[in-house]
Amino acid sequence: MADVSRDEILKLARLARLDVTDDEISVYASELGEILEYVNMLNDVDVTGLRPTNQVTGLTNVARPDEVVDNGYKPQDLLKNVPNVENDQIKVNRMIE
Amino acid sequence: MAAWPAVSDIADRVRSGELKATDLVEQALATIHEKSEFNAIISTTAERARTRAAAVDGGDNLGRLAGVPFIAKDNFLVFGAETTAASNMLRGFNAPYQSRAIEKLEAEGAICVAKANLDAFAHGSSTENSDYGTTLNPHDTARVPGGSSGGSAAAVMLDMVPFALGTDTGGSIRLPASYCGAVGLKPTYGLVSRSGVVAMASSTDVIGPLTRTVADAALVLDVMAGQDASDATTIEADSAGYTDLSSITRAKIGIIKEYMAEGLDPGVRQQIEHVIHILRGAGHSVDEVSLPSLPAALAVYYVLCPAEVSSNLSRYDGQRFGNTYPDAHSLDESYGKSRSTGFGTEAKRRIMIGTYVLSSGYYDAYYKKAQTVRTKLINEFNQAFADFDFLIGPTAPGTAFKIGENISDPLQMYLVDILTVAANLVGVPSISVPAGMSDNLPVGLQMMAPQRGDRALLSLATQVEGLLV
Repeated sequence: MADVSRDEILKLARLARLDVTDDEISVYASELGEILEYVNMLNDVDVTGLRPTNQVTGLTNVARPDEVVDNGYKPQDLLKNVPNVENDQIKVNRMIE
Repeated sequence: MAAWPAVSDIADRVRSGELKATDLVEQALATIHEKSEFNAIISTTAERARTRAAAVDGGDNLGRLAGVPFIAKDNFLVFGAETTAASNMLRGFNAPYQSRAIEKLEAEGAICVAKANLDAFAHGSSTENSDYGTTLNPHDTARVPGGSSGGSAAAVMLDMVPFALGTDTGGSIRLPASYCGAVGLKPTYGLVSRSGVVAMASSTDVIGPLTRTVADAALVLDVMAGQDASDATTIEADSAGYTDLSSITRAKIGIIKEYMAEGLDPGVRQQIEHVIHILRGAGHSVDEVSLPSLPAALAVYYVLCPAEVSSNLSRYDGQRFGNTYPDAHSLDESYGKSRSTGFGTEAKRRIMIGTYVLSSGYYDAYYKKAQTVRTKLINEFNQAFADFDFLIGPTAPGTAFKIGENISDPLQMYLVDILTVAANLVGVPSISVPAGMSDNLPVGLQMMAPQRGDRALLSLATQVEGLLV
């Protein structure tokens, strides 16, 4: 399979919110092409009459009561890894210019 | 002291007062320090471990793992040290809560002393993808320990601790066990809660122990297993537990034809054939079984795994925790720069593949197709387990490779997992036990049982272990 196109790599990077350099674009273009060529062997597998599997142990719709459980954490404990906190809230950059 | 006694023996002697948890923790920390050149460890939890050891010696938590030191792969949230997942993305991250597996082990008196190295975010088969440097194989320092739980496997074989925890998404416990000569258990999918463990591919991620003996692995599993409201995928533990390893007689064992195919290292083949001979001698039947879709398992895995990785890693957005780019002027710039400066090459590669196979126009051709081939694999395993009690084969097609040998070719690196991914895709338990050496490097024997057959699998494994001594 040919390399994935440069435009396609840029589109994927944009979807994934990854900034990519020019060097990375050409590396990903060839590596993705190689990996997709390998997984294309799936096209040769006959799956007539089969449905996709999402869950392997047969669990469906696992539910629990919607109750507040006090685990003893203070908001400050849960915010201690947040880069930017103001008044116990997560502060982010401006979204709309 | 060279090797550690059996885990249950250590706990018995701590409970009786013959051994002190404090001494065991100091012994573990001293060994970690002495063998630091192997780079198996990212950080220690020394201060917290000492406090907990003193509490055990004072009579607290005198349970089934009383005073037993252990090491957790650094993708488990643990109090007392950072949890980095070996990625710059999480450098400096201090867990606000602990993983459920650690909580259960601590409740029985076990003491976490350190965090083990891994491929960043558990993406890899060698630990070479770690942002904290490569772990060296205890048998040959020019070679990799396997991955991604390479630090955990090396730590056990370097006698730092009697057991370590790993995670296995496509082989990440069993491959390093095989390369380092340890026992590595991947339980049935859902048997151990993953709450508080850094998520990789949620439809295949499992937690399991790396140990020197099958009995130790069984005991650790027994403590960790069971349903947990904070991980909705968990299943009930077997009411009979996992430590009563009854004797297995006249088992029907299938040797997987596709796993013995061309390309298998001759030394590995020789050891596996030796095991087959010994199993027959012990009264079991061993016959060839074919699962024709197995050669496609790795392709299924390398669609589904990156898809789930790209989804799970979307939480690293630079806003709530993890690496952040401080000089961004907009939220969008902050996302892009925080992610691209925090993630390493392999995480980015998998995010890109995952985004591709999930994107509009490719979803049916890749993701849905892979999930459907997965069904075919499950059917073939079900059929094989209708005829056989256990399936066996090598854990890996070769022994530990040299550091640097596969690092520049991602596809070559992925192929190392070719014999381990199927168990993850179909959710069955699988264990790697040492099966001799080839050119002075350990060979791993892989054994699988039907879903929820973990105790039977451990029973056969402990028997094989005894036969191979």
